[in-house]
Amino acid sequence: MTDQGRPRIFLVEDHAVFRAGVRAELGDAVEVVGEADEADAAIELICERSPDVVLLDVHLPGGGGQAVLAGVLPTHPEVRFLALSVSDAPEDVIAVIRAGARGYLTKTVSGPDLLQGVYRVAAGDAVFSPRLAGFVLDAFAGGAGAGDLAAGLDPELDQISPREREVLRLIARGYTYKEVARDLMISTKTVESHVSSVLRKLQLSTRHELTKWATDRRLV
Amino acid sequence: MLGGVCGGVARTTGIDVTFVRIGFVLLTLGSGIGILVYALAWLFVPLEDEPTNIFSRALSDRRGIRLVIAIIPAFVLVQVVAASLSIAYVGTFTWPVFVAAGAAILIKRNASAAESAWIDGELVPMLSIGTTRHSRWRLLGRILGGAFLAAAGLFILVSGHGIGTALRPVGGAVLFIAAIVIVFGPWWLSLLRDLMAERQARARAEERAQMAAHVHDSVLQTLALIQRSAEDPTQVVRLARAQERELRSWLFEGRLPGSIAEHATTLSEGIEVLQQQVEADHGVTVEVVVVGDCDLSDALRALLEATREATVNAAKWSGAAEVSLYAEVECDAVSLFVRDRGRGFDPGAVPDDRQGIAHSICDRMHHFGGSAVIRSAPGSGTEVELSMPRRELVR
Repeated sequence: MTDQGRPRIFLVEDHAVFRAGVRAELGDAVEVVGEADEADAAIELICERSPDVVLLDVHLPGGGGQAVLAGVLPTHPEVRFLALSVSDAPEDVIAVIRAGARGYLTKTVSGPDLLQGVYRVAAGDAVFSPRLAGFVLDAFAGGAGAGDLAAGLDPELDQISPREREVLRLIARGYTYKEVARDLMISTKTVESHVSSVLRKLQLSTRHELTKWATDRRLV
Repeated sequence: MLGGVCGGVARTTGIDVTFVRIGFVLLTLGSGIGILVYALAWLFVPLEDEPTNIFSRALSDRRGIRLVIAIIPAFVLVQVVAASLSIAYVGTFTWPVFVAAGAAILIKRNASAAESAWIDGELVPMLSIGTTRHSRWRLLGRILGGAFLAAAGLFILVSGHGIGTALRPVGGAVLFIAAIVIVFGPWWLSLLRDLMAERQARARAEERAQMAAHVHDSVLQTLALIQRSAEDPTQVVRLARAQERELRSWLFEGRLPGSIAEHATTLSEGIEVLQQQVEADHGVTVEVVVVGDCDLSDALRALLEATREATVNAAKWSGAAEVSLYAEVECDAVSLFVRDRGRGFDPGAVPDDRQGIAHSICDRMHHFGGSAVIRSAPGSGTEVELSMPRRELVR
């Protein structure tokens, strides 16, 4: 991060109107270091300017958000991605998260919420919208079954803990991190670490239900 | 009630309808003239809300008249064949049949919509003609039956006259039939094509009317609303979004927007319907997250009704632009949370009208063994927690 803690952000989005809208909403709180409207240009510019946070549209010409993640992360792992999407389709969301995005927000998100998301991702935390929290709860439903163990799943990666489940449920109910912390009588930092841990599991788990579940539920 | 003639007579003369009916029955039993009077009245007296009677419409129905004229050659044909075979009674018998057929065609085409539907529904199946689909076996049976009758007729002819004498009238008849078919065939075909085109046009018009009604109810209304709230971008977005969702579900899933009970079979579908309705009716965004899904039971329908009530309350009273709705299906219960970040209230000091609403939510839930908890404080929004035990299995 640069001077006065203003995160340097980069916009990858193919709708010019939406790019302008995001710029206006974030205003002076961030420094926009660049924009791109398709995947190849985005990869080149991001590697060149190494921003703190990339706001990444899930649907892009030239391979979509996933292509950008795959093009940037191997050489520049320090760049953090926050996915934005209109579609809410589970398979899209799960795919960008597993490709390395640190958070997911719907494009209907309000200006302050988007800004908070950007700060949070810039600080290395994860950003879960209520819907993403719902997806994870759905995908990791059922907890540890005998079948999971037999299938050779790693309990560390392939299950979420009861506490993480509680946190996710509150987020899915529309609570902010601060409200979750108050409700569970833990600190906001602890909430953030729970969410980051869930993000890691989401990215690394080999749980087969994850993909099956995402393709099963095309319409939400 | 048949054509409503007795009712009409009773209405205009002021005599009780029962007496009029008894009168008609007596006339019919006496000389049979009652039926004739009734039929003529039905033909010549227009319906209450229609300007013309059946007869005058039939006179101006040119396609119908062409159709009647088209059966005249067939009638002549039967007459000629009957004469050539010297079967006199067929000739006298066909007269009334053909006149009746012509009249039936004109009446069917020009009766009021309700009467025409009645003819379609009651009379046509009785005669087992019309557009009902026949199985292949029935078609085969018909062909075999026809072939048998033709063979039998030929056999009787030949055995009656001897081959030499029979050949002449039969040959004449065949030539005459061929002549009529050649002369009138193309005309019949074009008439048939006309009729089919007419039927297709009617089906298309019906479809278009249905579509127009739907577009009017939803899209045009929404566009009008958008125009009116042009200076409020969030409202415009919400309206556009709700309309898009509705249109999509109509075009691609064939689902008409409507009640939960009619259009949803599972919990998530029900919540989707609920979301659309509340968004459309109250101008708020409902953020929905559903975890798991199951089929709807009576208890879960009650849960959805209570949820709708809670969501509508939040939309109406909280002042918040967004309401969060979270549903989770667990193996033994369904939990549902409705949350807003609006002005909130002190549950201890609730005005009576809201107390009533809270009761209706709680009572609905308790009736099916569920529970409802309402948490709120002034300034910090409201959350309604609903929980319904479930007995049926998870999908």
